[in-house]
Amino acid sequence: MSANYGKIAKDGLWDNNGVFGMLLGMCPTMAMTTSATNGFGMGLATAVVMAASNLLVAMFRGYITQEVRIPVYILIVAAMVTLVDLTMNAWMHELYKVLGLFIPLIVSNCLPLARLEAFAAKEPVLPSLMDGVFMGIGFTLSLTVIGACREIVGSGTLFSDASLLLGPAFKFMETRILPPDTGVLLAILPPGGFLATGLLLACKRLLDIRAGKEISMGGAHCVG
Amino acid sequence: MSRPTWFHAIILGAFCTGFGAVLAFTDVLTKDEIDARKIEDMQNSLAQVIPASIHDNNPVTDAIVMAGEDGKAITVYRAIRGAKVTGVAYEIVGHGYAGEVHLMLGVDSQGKVLGVRATAHKETPGLGDKIEEKKTDWITRFTGLSLGAPPVEKWKVKKDGGQFDQFSGATITPRGVVGAVRQGLEYFAAHKAQMLEVR
Repeated sequence: MSANYGKIAKDGLWDNNGVFGMLLGMCPTMAMTTSATNGFGMGLATAVVMAASNLLVAMFRGYITQEVRIPVYILIVAAMVTLVDLTMNAWMHELYKVLGLFIPLIVSNCLPLARLEAFAAKEPVLPSLMDGVFMGIGFTLSLTVIGACREIVGSGTLFSDASLLLGPAFKFMETRILPPDTGVLLAILPPGGFLATGLLLACKRLLDIRAGKEISMGGAHCVG
Repeated sequence: MSRPTWFHAIILGAFCTGFGAVLAFTDVLTKDEIDARKIEDMQNSLAQVIPASIHDNNPVTDAIVMAGEDGKAITVYRAIRGAKVTGVAYEIVGHGYAGEVHLMLGVDSQGKVLGVRATAHKETPGLGDKIEEKKTDWITRFTGLSLGAPPVEKWKVKKDGGQFDQFSGATITPRGVVGAVRQGLEYFAAHKAQMLEVR
C-alpha cells in the first residue's frame, strides 16, 4: 500500500474534513467558536495532539492487540493532552492563559480517536503522521471559519485578541467590521454555534454538488 | 488464534506503565515552572486591587488563612508597609445569572475599597460580562467607597433602590457583584483586628 499524500491532504482539508465531512468533534466545535481566534487556538491545540497520537499509534500498532486497542488509544490521546497541557503551562504561559481552558476539552473530541482507529491503526508511520497533521489543519480551518462567521455577526469584530494568542506582531489582524454594540448576540450564544455550523455545512454540500461530487453521509460513529 | 486474556492485560498494563512514567517525568520537569507562573499570575491579579505604593512586601507570600462566614477558608493577602498592614485582598463570591462570580476585593486599613476585579465567571457574553474591566469600567466604580459611604441601604443596584447602575438587559449579575462587595466589606469590618494584626 503506497501512501498517497495528495489524497491524505485533500481528505483532511476538504473531502473528509473532520467537522464538515465526518461531523466529528462537535463538542469543542460548538463550545470554542465564539470568535475566530478562539476557534483557531482550539484547532491548533487539537492538531498537535492529533499528529502526536497518530504518530505514536502507528509506531506501536504492531503491539496493540485488537481487544485492548480502544483503551490504549484513549490512553495515548489523554497522555498527549496532558503533556501539551503541562508543557504549555510551564514554558508558553501567555499562550496557555488563552488556550488553557480548551486543552482538556480535546479529550472529549472523538476526531483524534476516530483517526487512530480508521487510519493510524492500519497505515505506516509517515502517512499516519501526515493524516494527523492534515486532519488537524482541516479541523483548525473549519473552527476558524465558524468562529469568524459567529464573531462578525455576534460581536462585529474579526480576530479580536489575536495578538494575545499569536503575539503582538499579529495586532493588525484585529479588525472591527461593524460598529460596537450592533452585533446579534444570538450568534455567540450556544444556538449560534448550531446555526453557523449548519449553514456552513449546507454551503459545503452545495459546492460539492456543483462540482459534481457524490455526497456520502459521513460515517459519524459518535458525535463527541 | 485467540490469545489468552492475561496477554491483553499485559499489553494494556505495559502501555499504562509506559505513559504513566512519561507523564510523571513531565510533571517533575514542569512542576517548579508551573508553581512560579501561578505565583506570578496571583501577583498580577493582586496588583490590580492593591496599589504598589502601599506595600513593600510580597502580598502573595504574606498571606493568612481565615475562616469565612460560611465556614470556608479564605486566603487573605496582606499588603504590609513598614510594620503595619496597609491593606488586604481576598476573594469574594457573588451569585450571578450563570452561577458563581469570583471577584478579588482589595480593602485598605480604613475599610475603603482599593479595587475590585472579576477573576472568574460564566455570565452571558455581551450582557453580564460587562463586569470585566476590559469590557467596561463599571467595576472600577467601587474604588474609594466604603460601608458608610454610601450608606449600607444604598449598596444595591438602582432597580432595588440603591445607587449602583445595572446594565441594560442584565440586572442579576451587577446585583450579585454589589451584594458580594457589600458582604466582603462587612466581613472586613467584623474581622478587622485579626486581618490587620502583625505577627
